[in-house]
Amino acid sequence: MNDAAITARIQAVFPDVQPATTPNAQPRLCVPAATLPALARFLLDQPDLAFTSLMDLTGYDLAKYPSTPPSDAIRVVYLLHSLCHLHKLALWVDAPRASPVVPSVAGIWPAAIYFEREVFDLLGVRFDGHPSLHRILCPDDWIGHPLRKDYVYPAEYLGVAHLREGQHFESGPVRG
Amino acid sequence: MTIEALTPAGELMKLSMGPQHPATHGVLRIVVECDGEVVTNCTPDHGYLHRSIEKIGECIEWPLFVPYTDRVDYVCAMNANLAYCLAVEKLLATDPANRVVIPRRAECIRVLVAELNRISSHLVAVGSMAMDVGAYTPFLHGIAQREVVNDIFERLCGQRLTYNYVTIGGVAFDLHESAPAEITRFLDEFERAMVKLNKLVTTNAIFRERCAGVAPVTADEAIAWGLVGPNLRGSGVDWDLRRDEPYGLYGELGVRVPVGDRFAGRRGVRGDCYDRYVVRLLEMQESVRLCRETLKLLPPAAKEKADPIGGHQFDVSKLLRKPPKGEVHCRTEAPRGEMGYFLVSDGTKVPYRVRVRTGSFSAAGIFHRVMRGAFLADVVAIIGSFDVVVPEIDR
Amino acid sequence: MAEPIRPGNALDEQIHLTAVDEFLAWGKEHSLFYLLFATACCGIELMQAGGPRYDVDRLGMIPRATPRQADLMIVAGTITHKMASRVRTLWEQMSEPRWVVSMGSCANSGGPFSKWSYSVLNGVDKYIPVDVYIPGCPPRPEALIDGVMALRERVRRYRTSGERDATPYLVAGGDCAFGGHPGKDDGSGGEPKR
Repeated sequence: MNDAAITARIQAVFPDVQPATTPNAQPRLCVPAATLPALARFLLDQPDLAFTSLMDLTGYDLAKYPSTPPSDAIRVVYLLHSLCHLHKLALWVDAPRASPVVPSVAGIWPAAIYFEREVFDLLGVRFDGHPSLHRILCPDDWIGHPLRKDYVYPAEYLGVAHLREGQHFESGPVRG
Repeated sequence: MTIEALTPAGELMKLSMGPQHPATHGVLRIVVECDGEVVTNCTPDHGYLHRSIEKIGECIEWPLFVPYTDRVDYVCAMNANLAYCLAVEKLLATDPANRVVIPRRAECIRVLVAELNRISSHLVAVGSMAMDVGAYTPFLHGIAQREVVNDIFERLCGQRLTYNYVTIGGVAFDLHESAPAEITRFLDEFERAMVKLNKLVTTNAIFRERCAGVAPVTADEAIAWGLVGPNLRGSGVDWDLRRDEPYGLYGELGVRVPVGDRFAGRRGVRGDCYDRYVVRLLEMQESVRLCRETLKLLPPAAKEKADPIGGHQFDVSKLLRKPPKGEVHCRTEAPRGEMGYFLVSDGTKVPYRVRVRTGSFSAAGIFHRVMRGAFLADVVAIIGSFDVVVPEIDR
Repeated sequence: MAEPIRPGNALDEQIHLTAVDEFLAWGKEHSLFYLLFATACCGIELMQAGGPRYDVDRLGMIPRATPRQADLMIVAGTITHKMASRVRTLWEQMSEPRWVVSMGSCANSGGPFSKWSYSVLNGVDKYIPVDVYIPGCPPRPEALIDGVMALRERVRRYRTSGERDATPYLVAGGDCAFGGHPGKDDGSGGEPKR
């Protein structure tokens, strides 16, 4: 199926899913967090969709992304692929930065167990229903979520200085 | 390695393997709980090599990130360079006004270096797997061949391990004149070495029995758990991005894809350690063929052109000051499977988000599942057969 | 018939007189067992240095899997904050006298990760004392061997005179685009200090 057909097929069942495009015209589907588990199950189980493989699950912080209106959310991106029909789909789930919570899809695609742990670690998104949601890359006592745009670099860890003399990252790297 | 009794009588024990352990291929830590010899639970502990490469991507300009891709997977740095450069080229191409033309000679060189590096990466994988199960010599045979590839790359770009060779728009340097002859000589020599390696390891009864039927992964499981590359094909899934989503020159070359098929015989199960091992061997043979085919296609060096290999295109560097705003996802077939770059651009010269999806990361995700019920001695064979490289997991 | 003259037949060619300390130092110098410990990219070069072409075995360097049997720790690769305390533990588990070679820019100073990374330690010398620094990203096996040769001289001197050099040895040059040589900060250009 092509992108338009997949979108039509999904919207017939889930009317609150909105099609969107990135500024460089890549098709995406905006999914409300509450709809995600049912939609994911639907995408996997329907024989004509059969999105068997989760290519990637990642996210990024929209805080400094130049969009109108400015968004205050963390966007979780699901990239799906069907090995039998060879079609692809990308989902966006936006979660508010203050307390980002997204339902877990680990029960549907087990590959998501690690991916969601990583997104939790680096961006601080909580995945509801994840079997063991804890940090995967940073140490357990690490402060903050490094890939957030307002992340402050640690001055020291376990008593050893991280930054050199004269180096300071108070509001993250300067963009531009 | 520390041991700790979980029950007073000591039937259940907890073993902490790593982060310094010769068989964990770097700084991977695996906490194994076992009942006697049988593993009852296994918890991998990652992050000992988390170097925040994705954060660095958000701090420096688009072309300057290429050296860091080397360090995402240093065993196959050429493939890692290529994956990122293809992704950025794809991002530039999403604006139809942009035209990024990669010279054909550069396309050929890209395939050549990627396939040579695939061979040298699989040599390390195969050699260290043999070493993990107790055979030290095959590893040295692998290293000896790898040195030859390193020599070729060193003459090409001056580095032995982290190349920074593939650039956005082409490759950094042209092939030296004697390179095709050197590569052909290496391929001939390598094929002879493969025969020796097969005699030493592949057909070795001890090695085969050691790996046959250990930690089988079914095809459905492999897809669901996100296994990619040789690990996926070892389970019998016929999927290779070089053939099924061809990029660069691969569409013309026609890649033949080996899949796991109970190579260990009677004792084997499809998708066991031995299948994953043999798929890597067969892939090396296929890479040899691809290199030979590419050398035939290689156009002669255009001396009169200023930039015959596209590595220093002024247009590209201008585009990279102001790339199209938006997202792009591009995946390539690296030796450890799909290496997918998810790039987000906000239209400035610095990426907004650089995400790398690597094969080892998802392979590590299935460890706790395949190791349950395996013997303690098989743990190292399982790690070896999945060919995880720690910087790919931790990045 | 005269006895044929064979080399090594004379008494002074078969018997060497030396002090016990000198003899032990000679033995120690030629049997630096190193800890098989690779954290990152440099680990591959360390493996290749142990491979057939560079063959550090001929220098008496044999990899040991446990720190208790090792004299020398080659810190090959990036040390993150999470790893650093483990490196310290491994170093403490080695028996005295222990020697440390910091291999590669990451272990020297954080290398390419020193500026923007939030998780990489800016040099392993914040946790353990280092005897030899080898620049490069990664250093060639020849550079590693150069560092080891310098270390052997120190081992011999320590064994004979009991003096241990406090100033680390810096291997010159290196093929690193990222710098990361601790000696480079003082403007010396990383000249070796023998």
